[in-house]
Order: sequence, then structure tokens, then C-alpha cells
Amino acid sequence: MQRIGVFVCWCGSNIAATVDVEKVAQVLAKEPGVVFSTDYQYMCSEAGQNLIIDAIKEHGLTGVVICSCSPRMHEATFRKTVQKAGLNPYMLEIANIREQCSWIHKDKEQATEKAVILGRAAIAKVHLNAPLTAGQSPVTKRALVIGGGIAGIQTALDIADAGFAVDIVEKKPTIGGKMTQIDKTFPTLDCAACILTPKMVDAAQNENIDIFAYAEVEKVQGFVGNFTVTIRKKARYVNPDLCTGCGLCTEKCPQKKAPNEFNLGLDNRRAIYIPFAQAVPKIATIDADYCTMLKTGKCGVCSKVCTAGAIDYKQQDELVTREYGAIVVATGFEPINVEPYGEFAYKQSPDVVTSLEFERLMNAAGPTGGTLLRPSDKTHPHTLVFVQCVGSRCDGDTRGKSYCSKICCMYTAKHAMLCREKYPDTEVYVFYIDVRTPGKNFDEFYRRAVEEYGVHYIKGMVGKVVPENGKLKVQASDLLENRQLHIDADMVVLAAAIEPDKSARPLATMLTASMDTNDFFTEAHPKLRPVESPTAGIFLSGACQGPKDIPETVAQASAAAAKVIGLLAKDHMTCNPCVARPDELMCNGCSACEKVCPYGAIHYEDKEFRGPNRTMLLRRVAQVNPAVCQGCGACTVACPSGAMDLLGFSNQQIMAEVDAICK
Amino acid sequence: MQVNESWKPTIVAFCCNWCSYAGADLSGTNRLNYPANVKIIRIPCSCRLNPMFILRAFQRGADGVILCGCHPGDCHYTTGNYYARRRMTLLFSLLDYLGIEKERTRVEWVSAAEGAKFAAVMNDFVATVTALGENKRLEDLRCKQD
Repeated sequence: MQRIGVFVCWCGSNIAATVDVEKVAQVLAKEPGVVFSTDYQYMCSEAGQNLIIDAIKEHGLTGVVICSCSPRMHEATFRKTVQKAGLNPYMLEIANIREQCSWIHKDKEQATEKAVILGRAAIAKVHLNAPLTAGQSPVTKRALVIGGGIAGIQTALDIADAGFAVDIVEKKPTIGGKMTQIDKTFPTLDCAACILTPKMVDAAQNENIDIFAYAEVEKVQGFVGNFTVTIRKKARYVNPDLCTGCGLCTEKCPQKKAPNEFNLGLDNRRAIYIPFAQAVPKIATIDADYCTMLKTGKCGVCSKVCTAGAIDYKQQDELVTREYGAIVVATGFEPINVEPYGEFAYKQSPDVVTSLEFERLMNAAGPTGGTLLRPSDKTHPHTLVFVQCVGSRCDGDTRGKSYCSKICCMYTAKHAMLCREKYPDTEVYVFYIDVRTPGKNFDEFYRRAVEEYGVHYIKGMVGKVVPENGKLKVQASDLLENRQLHIDADMVVLAAAIEPDKSARPLATMLTASMDTNDFFTEAHPKLRPVESPTAGIFLSGACQGPKDIPETVAQASAAAAKVIGLLAKDHMTCNPCVARPDELMCNGCSACEKVCPYGAIHYEDKEFRGPNRTMLLRRVAQVNPAVCQGCGACTVACPSGAMDLLGFSNQQIMAEVDAICK
Repeated sequence: MQVNESWKPTIVAFCCNWCSYAGADLSGTNRLNYPANVKIIRIPCSCRLNPMFILRAFQRGADGVILCGCHPGDCHYTTGNYYARRRMTLLFSLLDYLGIEKERTRVEWVSAAEGAKFAAVMNDFVATVTALGENKRLEDLRCKQD
């Protein structure tokens, strides 16, 4: 039998005005197990806390019930108080008689009666409380960043600056991500490469950072502080230690027909290639789909011209296993496939391009060397039409996304402005639903495009684009003037919606990190924990969490890094002690609990149990990892044999509360 | 049927710790009234609610049981409320089959910001259960302590 003390708080007049606190203390004193009961003006004050400590010591209390404000307010305070008196902090229950009683009821008699019942429920629960100890698990002081775009690079640099080791895994042959393909950045129009490539070099030279480029995460095991990750280093057929990145092989390779993904297929590259001049790591990669040597065994030109002897046609994928304390997801975005939008004639005419393709056509390192030329006949376009919201904000249209892609209004203003600046003889039309430019200097930037650069912004959507005699006939509506427009354009640029990278979904499954319906990673709290996944130890950086521009991405990347540093700075993690615990004798190994666990905290082990006639039986029983379990209790209800229970909120405890309330 | 004017139903409300319990606290902070016969039990997540607890409450003489959790998609534990929703759908249809009026049980999604909704839901639920009268069908008279 527990020796329980009841402490009823007045909270000044907050509780005492509507609840007869003295009466509550008197009535609860008669409950079974209660050896001490009192009321006091402010239990949370120092004097109130000393009152509790003295009573625990004087009366040898083993359980404490405090009738006061919400446990969300002072549970942590009072846990510390009872701990000071030498009691286990989890031998405390709080009856919420302020927020859920005195503040909502006016009738003193009713409120007092309810306070007594709430007190009884807490007493009934504390009778069944058991001392709980928060477990500890060690933290591996190394972080993994998945994705080597600007988000991943920034996160890695910040973590490395704090003195922790960090690995970047990037699936492409070079880090840098989408930002490497961008020409200028809004709203300052500074060159993307000029601000990104120094960071790429910093990451490569930082002794705390290991870059696994052309690699993918294959398997993730473990939990916060103790992840074990298997990384697949894809075969480049080039020895990275020997390759100097001279690029001779990429000039001599006779296979010239491989589409250049860096330029989005607008031109071709060789079968052996370095994506771009500033690639990090600057190592050649052989594209096995196009290499004649790998396909037919006859060629070997690259091997002959390589003075370093780095070409290795027999190279195999390599698996690397490493331990990490934290994982940052920075998988980024990609533009949607606009081919289903037949009305814009993207497939029929090469002069209909997406904004990212347009970005390459404007880029000095792009297929046209920065001169804006139509892809079809390499002539200078005079009339350009930009179509906004292709695939964004289309509710009910299954081809697109319901959300706003956020960055398109700004980059279209940038494209339109750059066009007019470089080629003042061009006419530029932008068709929009709304122009959304919230952000520092964003609206000013858009207004400059309209007012200074004379870009024609027209509210309305393009209905159809028809390629005809080398021109693109654009049919559109002008909603403000209420008229139909026909424009003979030379080029049409589609602002394609952005969506999470395709690799995000399988990765989320591996990490047991949750995603929303659009496959963006979900944050732990939309306002207060925006860079953490609900799964402990998984952090989010950049556009994998939602559409973002570069400044926002960098801000979030640094925020994620700060959270990772906070985690890695600890030697041990304190775990929530209110976790699920299986009764191994009752468990029948059915896996029902494992299936509902959102954290992958449950696994199965074969254990020996004593059977009849001195035999030993091997049975499959559930095991909960207390460092991973977050204590939701889904498994406790899923368990058909009732073997799973939740510490701190056990079946018996909740039943006891139900009984006390219904009595 | 005799209607006892002074009779007040016993209502048990299970609230998840992260959304609905905070929502209940907020309705208190905003001084939004709801009847005193609603008693709240805090559970970590709506998925912690074992159907046994509801049956136990009815057996012990509760007249109505309500479960409040985070809105779908907002669960602190990601998917808990989806499990709760499915389990309760099944349990309520079983209770209906047993002759327990559907109105005696309810699932509501109340976020931590919806103090007003919490009070409105409780007022409505208490009025509904009061109109239904006492729960006699599942009450175990052996549990009565008079």
C-alpha cells in the first residue's frame, strides 16, 4: 500500500474562488492510502514546494497527488520537487483543478464536487504508479547529411565548424545540386555559381567533412544517437584516388550521344564525363548506359589517353557501413514533368521550355554559352511568353499539385528582367494567376520588372500553344481587360511546379520519417519545431520539407545544423521513461505491435523460456527499444494478447481513473 | 418515461496529451464554460485508448464517453489518430449492435488552439447524452456502490 500525500493548491483565488479547497483536502484525506492532506495558497512557490518536501520526509510518503493547475504547466516543477525529497519523480500525479475545473465552472458546489472526483482519480492512479528511471543511450558523434545541394552543404559546413564529423551522401557525381544549374539568383541578381562554388570547395577541403558523391543510402538501422547506415558507392569505373580531373578523357571519348543531364538534355555529352567545370569532387565518371567499352568490350580510348591510369572498367559498386548520431535529410526538389500538359505543346516544339531549361539557355556555362537562342533553329527570339503556375495551385487537376511552388513568381520576374536587359528588342509577356512576392526586397524586384524593364504582366492563363510555321501561336485570356489574346511567340517558358525529389519517398520509409500527401517531409511541429522530423534524430534541411527559395533553404539548413550540434554535443541522451513494455510471457510473437509502431521501436527476438518437463522452448517475443519508443501507446491497443503495456499510462492506471470517475 | 430534472449524466472524456488536453486547458484559460459532469482523463495519444476503457466506463455507470485527439494529419506521433479512428469506428458499430445509442460515444478532433471548439463540443455532447437519459444497458449493477 502506498502512503499518499494530497496537496491542494488555492492558486491565490484562481482555484479557491470556485472550489472549496479546504473541503477537497478534507474529503480526499479519507481516501484509502492517503496519510496526509493539506491545502496551501501557492504550491508552486518556494514555500509551497518546501511544504511538499517536508511532508514527504515527515510522513514517509511514497506517492504524491497535487491538485493544482494543468500538468502542462507545472508537472516538471513538481517532479523536481518530489525528487528533491528523495522520491522518484514519476511517483507524482497532478489533478487538473484549475484549467479543467475552477476556471470553467461558476457553481462552487459543483466545482468542489468535480475537484474531489479529479483528486480521487489521481489518487487511484498514483496507487499504481511505479518508480520510473529515464534511460540513457550513448551518442555517436558523427552526422550524416543526405543530399549535397546548397541545403546539405550548408548544414554540413555548420556541423563541421562546430567540430563534429559529418558525411555528405550525394547521388549525382558532384555535389552542388540544383543551384549549380541556376544562372542568377533573385532578388540581387548575383551569380549562383559565384556564391555556391566556394562553399562546395570549402566542403571538400574541410577535414571534418567526408563527401560520398555518386552514392546512395542503401539501408538505415538504429535510432537517435546510434544510427548504422549502409551507403552504396556506385561504380564510376574511374579510380577516384588516381583521377586528376584533367578532362582529357571527356574530350577524346568517341561516344558523343549521351544526353547531358546538367543541361537538362538540351545538348549531349560524352560517355565519360565531368558534369561541369567546377564539379566537386572533380572526377570523371563513365556512363555505363552509353560506354561502348562497357557494352561491347571494344573501345578503351579513355583508358589509353588517361596518363594517370585511373580508368578501371572492372570497378564494382562498393558498400560502406558507418555509424551516425544524427541524420539530416536534404534531398531537395525537382521540377515536375510538364509533358502531361499537352496544351502547352512542350513535346511538339523544342521552343517550349521549362524555366530550368531556360536557366541553362541563359547561363554562360550552358549549351549556348549564355546567348539566348531558340533550341529549334538557333535564332534569336523576339517575343517570349512566360506561363506561370504550370502544375502549381491546380486543385482538382490530377496532373499538377495543389500547393503554390513559391519560387516561380520570383524566378520568372528574374528571367523576364534578364531578357529585357540583355536583349532590349524582345517583347516579354508573363501570364499569371496571382503574383506572389512576399520576402525581403521581393516585391520591389517584381515592380522593377514591370516598371523599369517594361515586362508585360497579364492576369490570365494561357489556353493553348500551337506550333505553326516556326512560330508558337499562343492563345490566352486577359482577365482584367476581359479579352482574348493571340500572341505569335518565338519561345514559351513554362514555370513548372516543383515537387520533392523522387528518392525522398523510399528514403522516408528507410528512416521511418513521416511525409505529407505531397511527399514533402513532415516537421515535428509546424511552428515550433520546423527543422526536426517527428522521428527523433532525423532533421530536415531545405526543399525536402516544402518549397523554398535559396535564402530560406540556407536559413533552414543552418537551423537543422544547430539542432544536430545540440544533439551531438551530448555524450548521452536522456530518454522518455514512459515507454511501452511487453510482458514476454504473454507475448505470442504475432508482430501486430511492430506493424503499428510509427518509430520502428519494436523488434523481435528469439528467447528461451522454460517449457514443460524441464524442456526449454525458443519463442519469438517483442522487444521495445526504450531509446526509440516515444510512448504513444499504439502498440498497447494493437496487441491481441494484452502483453504490451505503457509505463506511466498503464492499462491498470487508466482503468483505475475510469473507475474513480464513474463511481 | 420519468424524467428526473436534477439528473446529470456522467461523462468521461479521453484527451490526447498534445492537442486535445491542451485544447481543454485553453478553454479553461479563456473561461469558456461547459458542464461539470465532464471529467477528463489524459492519455498520451488517442491511439492509447483501448476500447476496453470505454466498455469499462459504461460498465461502471458512465452515460457517455468521448475521445478527443489531434486532427487527422496532425498527430504528434504521426499516425496515432488514424488508428484511433479505425478502432473507434469498429467499437461504435459493435456498441450500436448491442443497443447502445450511437450518440453516447463520439470522436472529435480538437487541436491545442481550439479551446472554443472543445467547450462547444462538450456542451453539445452533454446535451445529447442528457436527452438520451441514463445508460442502463451496459451498466453492471454489481459495480454500484450505494
